[in-house]
Amino acid sequence: MSLGPYAPFIVTSYLAAALVAALLIGWIAIDYRNQKRRLRELEESGVVRRSGRSATEP
Amino acid sequence: MTLIDLANPTGFRSLTARLLPFLAAATTILLLVGLYLSACAPDDYQQGATVKIMFIHVPNAWLSMFVWAVMTTTALGTLVWRHPLADVAAKTAAPIGASFTFLALVTGSLWGRPMWGAYWEWDARLTSVLILLLMYLGLIALWRAVEDPSRAARAAAVLTLAGAINLPIIKFSVDWWNTLHQPASVLRIGGPTLDRAFLVPLLVMASGFTLLFVTLHVAAMRTEILRRRVRALQMMQAQGVSGEIGAAPRASQPA
Repeated sequence: MSLGPYAPFIVTSYLAAALVAALLIGWIAIDYRNQKRRLRELEESGVVRRSGRSATEP
Repeated sequence: MTLIDLANPTGFRSLTARLLPFLAAATTILLLVGLYLSACAPDDYQQGATVKIMFIHVPNAWLSMFVWAVMTTTALGTLVWRHPLADVAAKTAAPIGASFTFLALVTGSLWGRPMWGAYWEWDARLTSVLILLLMYLGLIALWRAVEDPSRAARAAAVLTLAGAINLPIIKFSVDWWNTLHQPASVLRIGGPTLDRAFLVPLLVMASGFTLLFVTLHVAAMRTEILRRRVRALQMMQAQGVSGEIGAAPRASQPA
């Protein structure tokens, strides 16, 4: 596969898409882990849902 | 699981826990196949190899509008039915939609430089998509500025509905004005004008990016439900503390 004289433009486009997708995935994964940790900390400090169920369970 | 269970955030979380691995796997497979087909696609007789940028640019441009259309539907859910998941869906879709719009603009510029001789032109299509990006950023700022999620949801829903007017402007800008941007070549009356050699990789990549949006959106919604649960528990904790002290004012009821 030869990209010719415009290779830098083509490669940068694909790298930009990969970078943005990776950032989105990373941000969502880290955010999810943070929220789960905060819920666990709250439960451990004795705060529970009105239903009595664990807040971390689905 | 019935449809009613899906309306419940707890039921939704339980469903997504089972669904997400399959969505992630399907997205990965589709994007890998799309990348392979894009790499194997022949050069265009006019654009040369830069036609490969189209396999990234066009799906992102479509999704930039599709995500706003999804948010418009959820805005109706917030304002008319006050559905508990509607504003969760709208809030979590905005950053993903903004990312797709940003990518559409960046990849469009990278294609424009070798083909048009310029990274940017104040063309009707480019300008209306830039406005879309600014509207996404405005919505994200609004969600962050208002602390109460239900108040933020109503304000954001109104802004989303008003912003939906930009969608037909983007779509038909190439027909209404004399623009540098080429007219529609896939979603048009009379069928696509693209050759099969370009159409197939483009549609596979578009399906892959659409699945990527669905996967990321579902995952972000699951996180947002947790965030609201954290907020509710923190408010319960604050109420408990204020009740014990007996002097602090009561916090408002948790969401």
